[in-house]
Order: sequence, then C-alpha cells, then structure tokens
Amino acid sequence: MPDGSFAHPQQRQFNPYTDNGGTILAIAGADFTVIAGDTRQSEGYSIQTRYAPKVFRLTDRAVLAVNGFAADGNMFVKKVKQRLEWYRHAHAKDMPLRAIARLIQTMLYAQRFFPYYVYNILGGIEEDGSGAVYSFDPVGSYEREACRAAGAAQSLVQPFLDNQIYFKNQKAAPGTSHPTHLPLSDVLSIVIDSFTSATERHIEVGDGLEIYVVVARGRSPQGIEGIRGVQELSAQPNGDRTFILRRELKKD
Amino acid sequence: MTSIGTGYDLSASTYSPDGRIFQVEYANKAVENSGTAIGLRVKDGVVLAVEKVVHSKLLVPESNRRIQTIDKHVGLASAGYLADGRNLSNRARDEASGFRENYRSPPTLQYIVDRLGLYVQAYTLYSSVRPFGCSTILGAVDKNGPALYVIEPSGVAYGYRGAAVGKGRQLAKTELEKLKFDELSMREAVMEAARIIYLVHDDAKEKDFELEMSWVGTETNGVHLPVPKDLFDEASRKAKAALEDFE
Amino acid sequence: MDHFPTNWGRPRNDAFDAYGTYPIHQRAPVKDTFAEGVQHTQQPIVTGTSVLAIQYKDGIMMAADNLASYGSLARFKDVRRLHAVGTSTVIGASGDMSDFQAIQSILDDLVTDEFTHGDGHDLGPAEVHEYLSRVMYARRSKINPLWNSLLVGGFRDGKRFLGYVDLLGTTYSAPSIATGYGAYIAIPLLRAAVDGKQDQLTEENAKKILHECMRVLFYRDARSLDKYQIATVSAAGVTISDQIQIETAWGFAEGIRGYGAQTQ
Repeated sequence: MPDGSFAHPQQRQFNPYTDNGGTILAIAGADFTVIAGDTRQSEGYSIQTRYAPKVFRLTDRAVLAVNGFAADGNMFVKKVKQRLEWYRHAHAKDMPLRAIARLIQTMLYAQRFFPYYVYNILGGIEEDGSGAVYSFDPVGSYEREACRAAGAAQSLVQPFLDNQIYFKNQKAAPGTSHPTHLPLSDVLSIVIDSFTSATERHIEVGDGLEIYVVVARGRSPQGIEGIRGVQELSAQPNGDRTFILRRELKKD
Repeated sequence: MTSIGTGYDLSASTYSPDGRIFQVEYANKAVENSGTAIGLRVKDGVVLAVEKVVHSKLLVPESNRRIQTIDKHVGLASAGYLADGRNLSNRARDEASGFRENYRSPPTLQYIVDRLGLYVQAYTLYSSVRPFGCSTILGAVDKNGPALYVIEPSGVAYGYRGAAVGKGRQLAKTELEKLKFDELSMREAVMEAARIIYLVHDDAKEKDFELEMSWVGTETNGVHLPVPKDLFDEASRKAKAALEDFE
Repeated sequence: MDHFPTNWGRPRNDAFDAYGTYPIHQRAPVKDTFAEGVQHTQQPIVTGTSVLAIQYKDGIMMAADNLASYGSLARFKDVRRLHAVGTSTVIGASGDMSDFQAIQSILDDLVTDEFTHGDGHDLGPAEVHEYLSRVMYARRSKINPLWNSLLVGGFRDGKRFLGYVDLLGTTYSAPSIATGYGAYIAIPLLRAAVDGKQDQLTEENAKKILHECMRVLFYRDARSLDKYQIATVSAAGVTISDQIQIETAWGFAEGIRGYGAQTQ
C-alpha cells in the first residue's frame, strides 16, 4: 500500500512473460522466398541490444523468423533445430518445408497450457520448387500464405503488404490484370520500405535489418548476387540457394 | 595360511577360525601386483608419483591416469585395480562436493579420508560384495597444512610423511626413510619422487612404464595440478642419471 | 499495436521491479503456512541495485556497488556482487542476493567438477552465460525464478564476451550493458562513451567511464552506495578490485529553489 499499511493482503504474481518488441516479415515469390526481421531487442522503453537476430536458417531451404518473448523464441528455435538434426540422423536428408511447418504446429500446441509467447513465420522452398510462407500463432494455428508480417509493427506493415502484394484496394489498368507473383527486386524493395517505415513510426523497431532470400534449385537468383553487401550462405550453388542481406535501420 | 582352502576365504562376511578375513588379504595381494605409487609430504606441499606399467605399446601415452583430482586442493593416486581406484575417486569427489554444499568451505583431507575409510570398510562386511582391490594415497594442502594419507582395502587409513604402496613399496619406503621431509621443498620432493619411482622399477621383469607426477602446495597456489612439463622432464632426466650412478 | 494513448504512460518493465521490495515482518500474517500450497519466490527480499559492464580494448570491465538493501533500508554495506567463475569469467548480480549466492555455489560446484575431470577443458564466459541462461529459463518455467538480472563478462582465446541474463531467461549481448536503474541512467552515458569505440578504449579510459557512471548512479539511485568494486577480465585473467570510494559534492543542493513549499 502506498501509505505503508497492509490492511488488505497484497497479492502479486510472478509474470513469466515479457514482450521484447521487434518485427518480422516474409514474402513468397514464384520460386523464391524472402524472410526478414529487424535486430533490435527491447524491454519496455529500453533498448537492450541493437543486434539480436530473430531470423534463423534451419535447413538449405527453410528459414524461421521468431518474434515476441525473446527467451521463449531462442529456446523454441533451439528445440526446432534439435528436432531437425534428429530427423537428419534418422532419414539422411533434410525435413521438407511443409513437414517443418507441421512439426512447428505440433511443438507449439504441445505447450498449449503454458505457451511459447512467440509468433513464428517460416519461409522457404517447397518440394515442388515454389516459394512458401507459413505463419503461426503462439499455440500452433497455422496456414500457408503469400506474405505475412508479425510482431510489434504488424499493424503497420500488414496493411501495406495487403496493398502491395495482394493488390488490395488497387484496380488494374483497363485490359490488364495484377501479377500473381512479383520479381525479387520488387519484393526486396517492399521489404526494405516496410522496415524503414515501421522504424519511422514504431519505437520498438529499428537498429538493423536482416533479410534472408531462399532461391529454388535451378532458378535464377534474379541478380541478387550483384546487390551491395549480399552474402551467400549455401554450401553448393547447384542446390537451393540461401542469401543474406544486411541493412542498417535508424537507431533512434 | 593353514585355513586356506577350507572355505573361509570365499566371503568377506566370514572370519576364519583364527580371526582373519581372507577376502581382505586377497585384496591386498591385488595391490602388491600393481605398479608402485608414492607420496611425499614436505614442508610446503605434497607430491604424488606413480609408476604406471604400460602393458601394450598400442596404448595412448598419458591415458588411464592413475593420479586423479578430487577437489581443487586434493589429489589421489591409486595402486591395484584401476577401476576400483576410479570408483573410489568418484566417491571422494562426491564427499568433497557434499562437504562444500553443507559447509561452504573446502573439506580437510582428514574429513575426506574418514568418509572414504568408512566407505571402503563397508565392502569388507558383506558376502555380496568384494573388497576394494586398491590402496589409495591421498594428498592435499588444507587449512591445517600439507596432509598425506593411505587407505588400505580393509578400510584403515593412516597419515604419513612419506608413503608407498604397490609392488616396489619396500624399496621405496627404504628410500623415503632417508629423506628429511621437514627440509625438502616441493621441487626437491619432485626430484626425489621421480628418482624413487625409477629406482624401484624392475627393468628385468617389467616392460615399459610411464611416470606420472602431480603436486599441490605453495608452488601451485594450493591447487592440485600435474607437475609442469619442464620440471617433469628435468626430474626424469636426473632420475635416469641417478639410476646409472646407482648401478 | 496498442493505439490507445492512455495505455502508453508507464514503462512496461513490470516483470522485474528491483525496488518494489518490502520487509518480511510487514507482510500480512499467514495463519496456515501450507494453506496455499507450496510457495515460490514472489519477490526479492535483500536486493542489490545496478551492475554496469563495458567492453574495452583488452577485454571487459564490470562495476557494482557494495550495498544490499532490505526494502528501503541500506542493510548490508560490505557485500560483494561481483564474482569470478573459473579463470576467464566474471559475473555481476542485481536483484535478490540470496538467489545470487545460490547461483554462486552452483557455478563454483560446476567449475570444481570441470576441474577434477582433468581433461584439459574448462568453462569460458560464453559457456557460463549459456549455462546460466538455461538455469534461469528453467526456473522461470517452473514459476520459481531466481530473482536476478546477471551480467556475464570475460575474455578467452583472444575474444571478449559480454552478456546479460535475467529471471525470465531473457538473454542478449552488447558492447555496454547495465542492469536495474543503471539501464535508465548509465546506459545513455555508456553507449555514448563505448559503443563503436571498444577497440580504442584503454583500461584507464574504461575505468574512468565506469567511475563516472557509478558517481551519477550514486547521486540519483536511492538504493545505491558510494562504495563499489570493479572487475577486469583480460588476457591476464580476472581481477576484482578493492573497494573504491566515490567522492561527491552536495553543495549544489543548497542553491536549489522551487520545489515544495519553499519557492524563494
């Protein structure tokens, strides 16, 4: 009690969760997928660090972005990676993307009554060579989509993606139709614009941006190798290829 | 040994009519077949040394160590069955960390030896178990200064200034008795230890052997560590030279 | 995102309130001890305030004062909140001091175990940080947290390490980190002085920066003390300094006007 008396018994419960801010986003192309996240980690109004990755490479063709409560996120990624390693040891191959998606739903739902407080977005290449994005809620509901934003600035970024990717509220010029998939350069521009805009308007977004690009085997990387600062992560260039692109975001 | 073969030697839980427990005596025999282990308690520390008989050229050097660390400040050298020695050192580690858990201070060697003695003795009481086939030398520097003990298969433990167990113990003890432990430094003790191990090693009977040495005291800031390589090499070299003079 | 400005007013750090302690004897009396089942730690009791740490040219440096508070009472004024773990790591703790002492003995046991194995391996700062994060996360997941914010710093194999872990299992690393009140008051000063210049700062620079921050904290943090220690970890190993006295001048307070009833 503020007056120092304890007339009423005071009850306080330990809260095992916190929100560490940040935003993630993924967009599927016809034969590639882009998965991105900012690198700021905050608690309340404090920036804890300017570099804490939220996007993780799982296999040659799967990348997972995790947003929400950082401690849960890191533990969840650790356990997913462990399950994928066990799968490799049992089957001598990487788990396919749609199987990883189902695995993630199972692992999340297993914690239904003490959930991992994280929003997951899984991006990569399906077995048929198409780009794919799966998004999850904290207890495992999931669906395959063309694009998804999650985290602190979801409410800022998702409407923008709806407009730019799904062409919501846009009318195609007479005699033309909207494209079903955008080229990589357009997608990268949309991703970077999404984050610079979110950084501008949301205090929990900023510092750094990590963009993963997964390109299907045998498909053109559409000139990504020429982009400034791009780095290839894949071991052999004749399989699926993964690239990472880093950009600075405003730090205020 | 008149009662041998009369059935009194089959169980650790049976005395012979003349009051002996043969299983314990057999355990001592196992120790007598082992490479020698010695310990020297000098003014500012303790040195342990072991003659590890190498029974195969294929063995990796420095494997199957017979000197182990029990706690930061406690070392253990065993003679006899190495596996039994390892079981004992694991128990000793548990005792040491249990003491730290309870009292938030490092255990004295006296405490560890008392507990370990009880443990070893318990294996002389039951028909279902076999006594430990090893004698164990423990060395440490604790709050009371340097300490050195030997625990035998019967469970008895004595404190020593110089101790020797295993095959060459008689000759080793003779050599140890010549030393002035109060005046030796740790470095001098390392030289003596190496010399004695080389001396008691019987070239004619035994194949190769590997010298193992550790120390704890002022030279190591009270931490039980292997003797550093330069000193170890110097001690080995001098030991070999002394051996040639001796012969 | 919450679009209602009325909900924006207060920092959301309600999980770890280092100062919201109150003494045991003032708690409502409990008639039946076990009526509510097993009790877990719901709040810190004897607490330490901020810990500061920065990277510098040759390693890392960490500072914490020597006070352990009992609510608002300055209860213990000679408490060590910096602790060496092995030969290349130091940890610093804010929050509950009894939980910190439990952590110290867990780590000391771990280091002794590792040493007695005698396999030539030992634990560096990254390993200690990972281990601590597992312990802290496991305890929060049992809703029985160790009520601390901990900094782990060290230097091994030519590399600096500086990391944070708290009662929720949250982890991160950065060139400068502070816990508790220091996260609000010292971090802006430390980031300006350190971040991006880690490779230039000398030991003297680093010491001076931390000293200034400890002084500012003593002026502004009511649960702090003007006596602190600094831990340095570099290629030379871990050293924890003697107690350092902060010199202060309160003369300016005389001249302050405009608060409360006194306006002239």
